[in-house]
Amino acid sequence: MASTTATAVHAPAQAGTGLWSWLTTVDHKRIGALYGVTAFILFLVGGIEATLIRIQLMRPENHFVSPDVYNQLFTMHGTTMIFLAVMPLSASFFNFLVPLMIGARDVAFPRLNAFSYWVFLLGAIFLNLSFVQGGAPNTGWFGYANLTSKAFSPGHGVDFWAVGLQILGIASLAAAFNFIITIINMRAPGMKFLRMPPFVWMTLVTSFLIILAFPVITVALVLLMFDRFTGTNFFVPAAGADPLMWQHLFWLFGHPEVYILILPAMGIISEVLPTFSRKPLFGYPVVVYSGIFIGFLGWGVWSHHMFAVGLGPLADSYFAIATMLIAIPTGVKIFNWLATIWGGQLRFTAAMQFALGFIALFTMGGLSGFMHASPPADLQQTDTYFVVAHIHYVLFGGAIMGIFAGIYYWFPKMTGRLLDERLGTWHFWLQTIGMNLTFFPMHFVGLLGMPRRVYTYPPGMGFDAMNMMSTVGVFIIIASLLFFIVNFLKSVRSGAVAGNDPWGGASLEWAIPSPPPPYNFATIPEVRSLDPLWHPDAREAALRANEHSGPIHMPRNSHWPLVSALGVTLLLAGIVYGWAVGIPGALIMLTGIYSWAFEPAD
Amino acid sequence: MRHGRAFARRFAALALAAALPLLAGCTRHDYPQSTFQPRSEFASWVAGLNVMLIVWVIVIFALVQTLLLVAIVRFRARPGAPPPKPVHGHTLLEIAWTIAPAIVLALVAIPTVLIIFRTQGPPPRTDVHVKVVGHQWWWEYQYPELGVTTAGELHLPVGKTAVIDIESADVIHSFWFPAMGGKRDAVPNRTNRIWFTPDSLGEYFGQCVEFCGMSHANMRTRLFVETPEQFAAWVANQKLPPVGGTGAPDTTHAVAAAAAGGVATAQAATLPGGAGAPSGLAAKGRQIFAQSACIGCHTIQGVSAGIVGPNLTHFASRTSFAGALYERTDDNIAKWLQNPPERKPGSLMPNLGLTPDQITALVAYLQSLK
Repeated sequence: MASTTATAVHAPAQAGTGLWSWLTTVDHKRIGALYGVTAFILFLVGGIEATLIRIQLMRPENHFVSPDVYNQLFTMHGTTMIFLAVMPLSASFFNFLVPLMIGARDVAFPRLNAFSYWVFLLGAIFLNLSFVQGGAPNTGWFGYANLTSKAFSPGHGVDFWAVGLQILGIASLAAAFNFIITIINMRAPGMKFLRMPPFVWMTLVTSFLIILAFPVITVALVLLMFDRFTGTNFFVPAAGADPLMWQHLFWLFGHPEVYILILPAMGIISEVLPTFSRKPLFGYPVVVYSGIFIGFLGWGVWSHHMFAVGLGPLADSYFAIATMLIAIPTGVKIFNWLATIWGGQLRFTAAMQFALGFIALFTMGGLSGFMHASPPADLQQTDTYFVVAHIHYVLFGGAIMGIFAGIYYWFPKMTGRLLDERLGTWHFWLQTIGMNLTFFPMHFVGLLGMPRRVYTYPPGMGFDAMNMMSTVGVFIIIASLLFFIVNFLKSVRSGAVAGNDPWGGASLEWAIPSPPPPYNFATIPEVRSLDPLWHPDAREAALRANEHSGPIHMPRNSHWPLVSALGVTLLLAGIVYGWAVGIPGALIMLTGIYSWAFEPAD
Repeated sequence: MRHGRAFARRFAALALAAALPLLAGCTRHDYPQSTFQPRSEFASWVAGLNVMLIVWVIVIFALVQTLLLVAIVRFRARPGAPPPKPVHGHTLLEIAWTIAPAIVLALVAIPTVLIIFRTQGPPPRTDVHVKVVGHQWWWEYQYPELGVTTAGELHLPVGKTAVIDIESADVIHSFWFPAMGGKRDAVPNRTNRIWFTPDSLGEYFGQCVEFCGMSHANMRTRLFVETPEQFAAWVANQKLPPVGGTGAPDTTHAVAAAAAGGVATAQAATLPGGAGAPSGLAAKGRQIFAQSACIGCHTIQGVSAGIVGPNLTHFASRTSFAGALYERTDDNIAKWLQNPPERKPGSLMPNLGLTPDQITALVAYLQSLK
C-alpha cells in the first residue's frame, strides 16, 4: 500500500502494541527487541545452570546435584550460552542496527526475519523441554562421538540436542542470508563498502561465517541422527567407523562459531570507543580487513581443538602455526582500539567502561589462547580448567562485555530513554570483579591438574580454595546482573529522555529520532562520509533523512512467519516425538509457507 | 574510580607475576596433579615451553594493560579542552604492530615445532612397553612382553623409557599423568603412542581428561615409579598365580605398597594367603566368587576369565580399586560390593544383592589376592 502523503505512512507495526501486533510484526526493530529480551532471559537460564555447576564444585565431594544432572547442566550451559544467548543477543543488534546504520527502512526480507526469530524461540523451547522429558542432553555441547551413540547414550537427551541444534540452525541460516542480502543491496546512496560502520562489517563477516559453518554441523547432526534413529554406523567404532570424523566436522563448524560469537562484539566496541573518545576509529580499513582475515583464517585452525587426539606431528605443526597467525589480526585490532582512545577525550559512560573492559579482558583470553596454540603446551592445558578460564575470558570477558557495551550504548536509540549511568557503573565494576574472581583462579586450578567436566573432585588435590573463589565470584556476577535488570526495568519506563543523539555518535542511526519511527528514515539519506554526523557537509545530508519527501512503502504485518516457524519446529520435533507431532507439523508448515508465498503485498 | 581500576589492573599483573614462582615452588604433596612438577623428559620439555609462553604472555599482557591504563588516565575528557585531532590512522604504526606480534610468534613457533617432532618422533629406545586401554570408567594396563595385566595402577621403572600405546574399549578417554607429560586421547579403533622416561621415584596421580560419560570424574589412576629392582619384583609377583602358588607371599612388596600408598594393608598382609589354597573366610569367598556373576566380567587367573571388568588376579597388590577411586581397605571393598553404582555412579558392575556374610567372605578373598 503506497501512500501519497507523508502523514499517511503505512505503519501497522506501530499502530498496535497488543500481543497480536508483536506476534505478527515484521519490523526489524521490534524483532530485534524480541531477540534481545528472549536471548537475555535464556542468558539468565544459562547463568542459573552455571550457578548450579559452581555450587556443586564449591567444595570437594559435594552432593548438591547428582552426576547425571551435573552432566546435563554443563551440556546445557554451553549449548544455551552459545546458541541461545550470545548468538541471538548478537542477532538482536544485527536486527535493530543494520538497517539503521546503512540507511534502510527494513531488512531485505522482513517476513523471513520474523520467521528466523520464531524458529529460534521455538527451537529454544524445544531444547529446554528435554529437562522435563526424560533428561536434557548430557554429552557436552561438543557431543563427541561415540559417547552420543545409542549404545552409550540410550536416553532422548542426545536426540533433543541433535534435533534442537538443527532447528536453531534454520533460524541462524535464514537470518544470515537476510543480513548478507540486506547489507549488499540496501545501503543508502553513497554508502560504499568502505563507508560502512565497522559493526555492519562485522555483521557481514559473521553472516558469511554462519552460512558456511552451519551446513557443516548440520551434516554432522544428520549423520548422528541417522545413527541414532535408523541404525547407520557413521560414528560407531564397532562397525569400523572412526569417531574422530565427528570431531573434524564439529570443529570445522565449531571454530568459525567462536568468531561468530566474538566478531559482533568487536564490531560493537569499534562503534563505542570512537564515540566516547570523540575520535574516529583508528585504522578503519585495517580493523575491517583484520576482521575479514580472522574470518578466513578461522576455517584453517579447527584441529587445534584436537591436539590430544594424535593427528601426527605434521598436522599438529600446521594447525599450531595457523592458529598463531590468527593472533596477528587480533593483536592488530587491539592496538587499533588502543590508538583510537589514545589522544582522545574519553567519557567514561557505562558503555565506554564495558568497551574498555572488553579490551582488558579479551586480551587475557587471547593470550591464554596463544598459549594453547602451541600443541605441546596445549597437551598439559586442554580439557583442564585452564581452557575453561580461556573460553570465559573470550566469551564472557569478550562477547558478553561487548554486548553490554552495546546495550548501554544503543538502549537510548531503542527505547528513547537513557539507562541510569550510576547503576551501570555498579553493574560494570561488580561484573568485572565477579568475572575475574570466578575465572582467573581457573587458570591455576587447570594447570594444577583439574580436568573439565568433572562433577566432583577429591580433597587433597589443592583445588579446594580456588574452586571456592570461583563459586563466590559467580554470586558477585549475579549481583551485577541484578543491578542491570533493575536499571533496565526502571529506565525503560522512567529513564531520562534521550533525544536523537545522546552521545554525539557518528553513524546514521543517531540522525533519526529515538526510538526511530517504523520507517526509520522519512527520506533515504545520502551518505558522504565514513562518519556522516561528524563532518559538517555529510551531517547536513544525513539529517535530511528526517524530512518527508514522498510516499513510504512499508511491509504489512503477517502471521505466516509464525505459523511456518511452528510447522518447521513441530515437523523436526516429530523426529523425537513421533508421527503424531511430525505430520501435523508438516501440514502446518506447508500451509504457512503457501500462504506466505501468496500473501498480497498490500 | 579510575584509580581503583588502575590499582586493580596493576594488582592483577603483580599477582600473576608473584603466583608463578609460587606455583613452581609448591610441592607435589600440595598439588599432586600439578603440571609444574615435571618428572620426565617429555614433561620437562613441555614445562619449559609453557614457562616461555607464560613469560611472553605476561610481557604482552603488561604492555597492553599499561597502554590501556595510561590512555584512561591521560586522555580523560576535560571540560573546555579543544576537540581531539581526528587521526584516521598511521601506516607505519600499522606495519609495526603487525610485524612485532609476528616476530614473537616466530620465536614461539620454532621451539613448538621442534618439540612436536621430538616428542612425537620414535622413542630413543623401548625399555618397557605398556598397552593402556580406557574403559568406562577405569584404566587397564597391559605389559604384553611381560605377560602382565593389571588395572588402575601403572608401575614403571625409573630411568627407563616407557612406550605407551593408548587404546579404548568403548568411548573416547584421555590418558594423563601431568608429572609425566602431556595427555593423549584413547580413541576407539586407533592406537595412539606416547613415550617418556620417568626420572624420579614416587607415586603420581593421573586422571581421565576427556569427558566419557556419567563417572568421568571418577576415572582416576596412579603411577608408581620404582627402582628397576622393585619393578622386577613387582612383575615377578604379578606373573605368579594369585593364591596357592609356589613360595611365600611377597611381604616385602606389601610393605612397600603400604608405605607408598599409606593405606592399611597390614591386615591384608597378615591374611593367610601364602602356600596352598586360601583357608577359612577367604576360601569361602573364593567359592562365592566362582559361583556367582563375578566370573562373567573379571579374570582371576585359574578361577575365571571375564574381560569386561578389571583383572583381579593380584587385586591385593594394589593400593586402590574401582578406577583408583577408593583406597583398598576392607571397609571400602565391603561398601563397594554392597552397591557399586552407588559408590561409582553409572558403574557397569551392578548391585549383585550380596548378603553381608557373602560380602565379608569376598572381602577376605579379594584381600588375599596378593
